Amino acid sequence: MRESITIRHAFKKYGDAVIIPDLSLEIKEGEFFTLLGPSGCGKTTLLRMIAGFNTIEGGDFFFNERRVNDIDPAKRNIGMVFQNYAIFPHLSVRKNVEFGLKNRKLSKEEITSRATEYLALMQISELAERMPAQLSGGQQQRVALARALCIQPSVLLMDEPLSNLDAKLRIEMRTVIKNIQNSVGITTVYVTHDQEEAMAVSDRIAVMKDGVIQHIGTPKNIYQRPANLFVSSFIGRSNMFKGELVVRNKECFFSYEGHEVPMNNIRKEQRKSQQVIASVRPEELIMVDADQPGIDSVVDDCIFLGLNTHYFVHLRNGEKVESIQESTIDNTVEKGRHIRLTLNTAKINLFTADGSQNILEGVRNDLHTIDPEGRTV
Amino acid sequence: MWSALTILFLGLFGLFLLYPLFGILKQSVMSDEGTFTLAQFSRFFSKPYYSRTIINSFKVTVAITLTTLLIGIPFSYFYSFYRLKGAKVLFVISVLNCMSAPFIGAYSWILLLGRSGVITLFLKNVFNIEIGNIYGFKGILLVQSLKLYPLVFIYMNGAFKNIDSSLMEVSANLGCVGLKRFFRVIMGLSMPTILAASLLVFMRAFADFGTPLLIGEGYRTFPVEIYNQYLGDVGTDYNFAAAISVIAILFTAAIFFIQKWATSKFQFSMNAMNPIEKKPAKGVRGALMYCYTYLLTAIGFLPQIYVVYLSFRNSEMVRFKEGYSLSSYRLAVDKLLVRSINNTMILGLGALAIIIVFSILIAYLVVRRSNFANQAIDTFSMLPYILPGSVIGVAMVVAFSKPPIVLTGTMGIMIISFVIRRMPYSIRSANATLMQIPLSIEEASISLGTSKLKTFVQITVPMMGNGIVSGAILSWVAIVTELSSSIILYNNRNITLTMSTYVAISRGSYGIACVFSAVLTLLTTLSLVLYLVISKTEDIAL
Repeated sequence: MRESITIRHAFKKYGDAVIIPDLSLEIKEGEFFTLLGPSGCGKTTLLRMIAGFNTIEGGDFFFNERRVNDIDPAKRNIGMVFQNYAIFPHLSVRKNVEFGLKNRKLSKEEITSRATEYLALMQISELAERMPAQLSGGQQQRVALARALCIQPSVLLMDEPLSNLDAKLRIEMRTVIKNIQNSVGITTVYVTHDQEEAMAVSDRIAVMKDGVIQHIGTPKNIYQRPANLFVSSFIGRSNMFKGELVVRNKECFFSYEGHEVPMNNIRKEQRKSQQVIASVRPEELIMVDADQPGIDSVVDDCIFLGLNTHYFVHLRNGEKVESIQESTIDNTVEKGRHIRLTLNTAKINLFTADGSQNILEGVRNDLHTIDPEGRTV
Repeated sequence: MWSALTILFLGLFGLFLLYPLFGILKQSVMSDEGTFTLAQFSRFFSKPYYSRTIINSFKVTVAITLTTLLIGIPFSYFYSFYRLKGAKVLFVISVLNCMSAPFIGAYSWILLLGRSGVITLFLKNVFNIEIGNIYGFKGILLVQSLKLYPLVFIYMNGAFKNIDSSLMEVSANLGCVGLKRFFRVIMGLSMPTILAASLLVFMRAFADFGTPLLIGEGYRTFPVEIYNQYLGDVGTDYNFAAAISVIAILFTAAIFFIQKWATSKFQFSMNAMNPIEKKPAKGVRGALMYCYTYLLTAIGFLPQIYVVYLSFRNSEMVRFKEGYSLSSYRLAVDKLLVRSINNTMILGLGALAIIIVFSILIAYLVVRRSNFANQAIDTFSMLPYILPGSVIGVAMVVAFSKPPIVLTGTMGIMIISFVIRRMPYSIRSANATLMQIPLSIEEASISLGTSKLKTFVQITVPMMGNGIVSGAILSWVAIVTELSSSIILYNNRNITLTMSTYVAISRGSYGIACVFSAVLTLLTTLSLVLYLVISKTEDIAL
């Protein structure tokens, strides 16, 4: 059973501190949806409101048409995976997986066969009789997933499930999670503060800050056309250039430190001279020789990382920036060399001076497709 | 449903703890005519005959505490930092020593070193050496130090185990090794534990009743004084006994808060990622370590061995005669041996069952449903920690010897006093265990469709189980060997093994007393072996 999740005007506070002021959200059935944000942004709080472990001070939560605000967490039919896995240490792997099934009116044979099926799906059949203390972190994670999935929940909720694993295992497990979610097709809400992880697993991502959703979109969307400056700086690394948008003969140019580049993807209503902030990812800064047009700069340091080389550079105004170039055989630029930097105009993003919105075309933010009534339009 | 429990526990604590304590307080400030008076208190402080008892108790307790630290810390250091052969034996016997019934040590040492003790006579007859009088201060100090040093030992083992070896290495790196390192680093790191162990030893020694009663003679301590004022042979005075009780409570409360304050100066916690690896004990130093640890353990164990041995000797009242037989056992059977064992079992198991159930529920209320009322329960449950056993005994009698509730002389009142005395320890360990269990485990269960109550029964309780069961066995041993409150509450019907032993000693039936002691020793030994098998750890939560 696949269900969509609709949240309308969710409100949450602890004591006097408002954690989530007013949040609306629509998660499609079968979708892998990620809540991404820095710690303290309210993403886990929101997840626990969906699960029913946090009280809801205001707003409505729906699974399909069913309003779940007042439904006991035990009856919401959710599968949940916790940061510390929350494996029952006194039960064997099989007993852990069977635990949720035993609360449903199923026959003994059915419980056994269902547990066996999901143990096999998670490739932990051979661990079935072990006790949790004998399992590695990755194996415990698989048990937690099998346990959450085998009750065939309407939605699967995951709270930073990979943060206790080492880097290599994290990459392996996120592939496992994504593949399982694809094959089971269950609506999934995933919480993480790791943007790379979010991009790897998600169909769509909601970037949150201070309890407010900033941008909802596909990973590609969010990375390439972030809705505002916060999203741009949170997703990946960016250099910020405070410059000017200049309009001449109906042509737009971005001007910074005496260097001007044409911008022909500015939204119509923003085509006016104004202060703007350019967010330029390191790979969007192109290093050229000092006699080419560009921003004057000096190389401070460079780090060779195989595929790419990272350059740390300072500009004439003292601003320090970072640039990534593909490594080549013979052209490593030594420290202290004067160079110029130019911008990949197709890729960079421009924001209004207060950083509140992207002024380029092509920004897709699903947040704005939800009208005040909470319905998708 | 949980609110109902909160109310239930508040009611129970109110009835069986606060009401009796209030009764004591009321009695201590009431004259015979029923008016308010502080006469009892001024009598206590103006007559050195009485006020001395508190000073005496304090002096001997401080001496005991320091001595146990002095002998217990090196013992633990050798045990924790060196690979000693037979370490397990040392550990088990040490635990047995401090778990033995409170007066078996005193009684046995009297038989060994007393006026006509075997060692005394042997030294006198063969070498013509007088070992002098061991009664009074010296006797209490000897007996209690040998009984209580294992507490320091066990506590310190825990602390030493949590010292990361990198701390040892870095201090060596900075040029601090040997004795200097022991005092500046190891002792410093163990300070919170040393304070905790000191408090425990202090409270036990201060409230101890059996030892000074038997070996104290002219050295009068306050628990014995309370008993004398209450049930003594000459002139009982309930109001005065109540007043001494109140003074004792104030005193222990003050010690408790001083210790809390001292501990708050050492707020750090350790958890060793790389515990220190034990070194082999070699050479002269190794030999000395072996001598020290084995000798200390053996001396501590001697009293128990000796009473078991004596239980098989022929005897006539206070004299032990040549030859061995089971005649003392036959006599003991006539003197309520079977009833004592039965009562001990019934009372012990009954109290234990209540303690286990209550501790789990209270821990759940305090940790998972923290609110003002449940915090109050937590505070009340800790109160008995500072109440000497004899004070609880007196409080029970004051509260429940007259209508509306009459319980004196019943099994019930014994169980209640056992529960009150031991529950603080169980609740502490239940709280600690529950805090270790992440909330998400319970949430996982709920998210899988299990109701909250079912989650509590199927997940929370089993996960707390191990800690609770092992703690319960220790409570059981403490209950079985309880003396100071039962001596005020017992009668012929609800008599326990410990009480029977005491009665036999006081009647001069030494052979029979040895039989009771031997049975008691057997019981505690079996319980502890069971504990060690079940818990599979050396972390005994005392």
